[in-house]
Amino acid sequence: MDALLDVPVLGVLIQLVGYLGSVVVSNGPIIMALAAPLTLGALCGVMNERSGVVNIGIEGMMLASAFMGWFAASAAFQSMGPSEPSEFFGVTPPLLIGLVAALLTGLLLSLVHALLSISVRADQIISGTIINIVAVGLTGYLNLLLSKSSPPTAGKFEAFVPPHFLTDLPVVGWLFRMFLAQGPVTMSAIVLAVILQILLFRSRWGLRTRAVGEHPRAAETVGINVIATRYRNVILGGLFAGLAGAWFTLDFGNSFQTGMTNGRGFIALAALIFGRWHPVGAFGAAILFAYAGSLGTAIRTLPPTGQLGDILSAIPPQAFSALPYLLTIVILAGVVGRSVPPAAVGRPYEKEGAH
Amino acid sequence: MRRRIVAPLILPASALFLALITGAVFIVLSSPLVEGHFDFGLPLKAYGALISGSLLSTNGWIDTLVNASPLMLAGLSVAICFKAGLFNIGATGQTLIGALAAAAAGAVLAAQPAPIAIIGALLAGLVAGMLYGFIPGALKAFTGAHEVVTTIMLNYVATYLIAWAITGPLLAPGASFARTSDVGAAALPSLLGPTGHHLHAGVLIALATIPIAWWILNRSTVGFEVRTVGANPDAARYAGMRPRLLTVGTFAVGGGLAGLAGTIEILGVSGYMPAAYATNIGFDAITVALIGRANPFGVLFGALLLGALRAGAASMQIQAGIPVEMIDILQGVMLFYLSADVIVRRIFRLRKVEGGVDELATVSRSYGGQTTAP
Repeated sequence: MDALLDVPVLGVLIQLVGYLGSVVVSNGPIIMALAAPLTLGALCGVMNERSGVVNIGIEGMMLASAFMGWFAASAAFQSMGPSEPSEFFGVTPPLLIGLVAALLTGLLLSLVHALLSISVRADQIISGTIINIVAVGLTGYLNLLLSKSSPPTAGKFEAFVPPHFLTDLPVVGWLFRMFLAQGPVTMSAIVLAVILQILLFRSRWGLRTRAVGEHPRAAETVGINVIATRYRNVILGGLFAGLAGAWFTLDFGNSFQTGMTNGRGFIALAALIFGRWHPVGAFGAAILFAYAGSLGTAIRTLPPTGQLGDILSAIPPQAFSALPYLLTIVILAGVVGRSVPPAAVGRPYEKEGAH
Repeated sequence: MRRRIVAPLILPASALFLALITGAVFIVLSSPLVEGHFDFGLPLKAYGALISGSLLSTNGWIDTLVNASPLMLAGLSVAICFKAGLFNIGATGQTLIGALAAAAAGAVLAAQPAPIAIIGALLAGLVAGMLYGFIPGALKAFTGAHEVVTTIMLNYVATYLIAWAITGPLLAPGASFARTSDVGAAALPSLLGPTGHHLHAGVLIALATIPIAWWILNRSTVGFEVRTVGANPDAARYAGMRPRLLTVGTFAVGGGLAGLAGTIEILGVSGYMPAAYATNIGFDAITVALIGRANPFGVLFGALLLGALRAGAASMQIQAGIPVEMIDILQGVMLFYLSADVIVRRIFRLRKVEGGVDELATVSRSYGGQTTAP
């Protein structure tokens, strides 16, 4: 009797696992694309937290960079007129100008964060909050004023088209589509995660950075300039947040909407923790969050058949929209105890004998 | 008198002054977008409209009070969490959930006698907010998940929960857009009678909460324990206090206060809740708590200041064409100067005054896991 009752449930479960797997294969490219801003945001977090500075302002840095990237590209497009996109990712001069503007915005805001949290020794979480508030205000303010004249879009970077012999390969073809059929910013996320992983654990810079993040006093005694190291890393970290911002308006989309980062900067922080402060680990966590984020769309566009389809379509769509956020909470609750942050995170550094 | 009331106001006042100047520079720089040419008089016009819309008329004062009331409650929520060494960025979510529960309870009790309907709806909002604050508190106390990330995630979850509830089970029948039914008898009465701007009774609730919170924090045993946990969780444990319980309890009470903020907005101002209900109260509340240095009476001051800015923002947008987002910018810049008090003190040649919230050190340290999970 029990066995008979179990079989239908088991049947649906097997169907569910199969469906969840098939979503990865069919939605690979979109999952990878959605993982890019999370990865880049987490890399910004790596640069900050590995050298001992909390940065919860990544969200605001992304939002401001997304806006400035779009604004600069649009302004350049207006004054230069349309130009022939290059073969290489559809690059045009306005798009490059937008990209530079986004990077500079990330740089500038992280300079503010560095100033507040390192020099002024203000609370680092407050400093991040200030950046978030100002970013929401500034982008909302300027976007409203600009929308009156409805500026034209400068378009966006084009995705790379991987050769057919790769994507047509049996079994692994979808992997090439997932990682290679992407715009330049998305692709850079993968490359940068790997490079940063190597630099952090194999280079002199990485060793020094980790020393400053774990035990700044000891680092100082062996001649490492703690303040300078933190400044450099926090400011360079802003470039990653700027790149993440560029993803929104120059790579994935081509226009700006108020509040469009929608908490991704904070999910990036969770990816950082889940990835245990390793760049490649954070990339893996970002893929997981992006997968959860794409599930709702997948169920709407490619619903499973049979009993499973009935069950999934009965769940309200808002539940799927909330899934990445819920997953973040669950993962933080389950993982944090075992995931150890750099020891000096959140603590302003004061030279011995100062004052 | 001078030392206790005037001294704590010097730093916020200086920060506000610097923020207004910074904002003025920004308005001039953006004036070509507003009027098509550079206009050096625009900041005066904008700030003039801001002040006349908030402080220069009876209706302006009423709007200021009505805007300040939820900020007092949500600001207290953030402030008491600060005192326990906790950073509540989740006041937005707790406010939303409180508002949703109050709207639902109000819709159900709409035909009951007013006292029953009002008390029922108030309690619903309070309890729902407490439950929503309990979640990050429990997560922090028992799993160590830092509240900075979990509360923000819960804010997003709350918006989706509301979108689902109001387009689904709570949808008012026959409404032209997605909203809950009217709260009817649960609506908070007006203090000035039916004429004039609507000064609802929720203002009294908010004002009464301030001294109560001050007394509990500074004169009661529980308040002492909360402050001890905030100042030094390890010492609190050695002294026999229960940091986990205090963390969960403080977060639940904080959530309840934020829930009340949403409740008086629904019962006092709109009378129903639309599915698209959105609020940015969480960041405002942080600003208020920081201006008030996490002291309840400081929160009152901060909430009145921000309430006045919010009340005047509409006339600033109408009369000077400056979008209301200017208030967010002013707020962020003011917080910048409050945090960088070294800079402010140098500009105004002020002596060292207590400027910050000391317990914040615990918040940041716990993020890095340096205080063992409470």
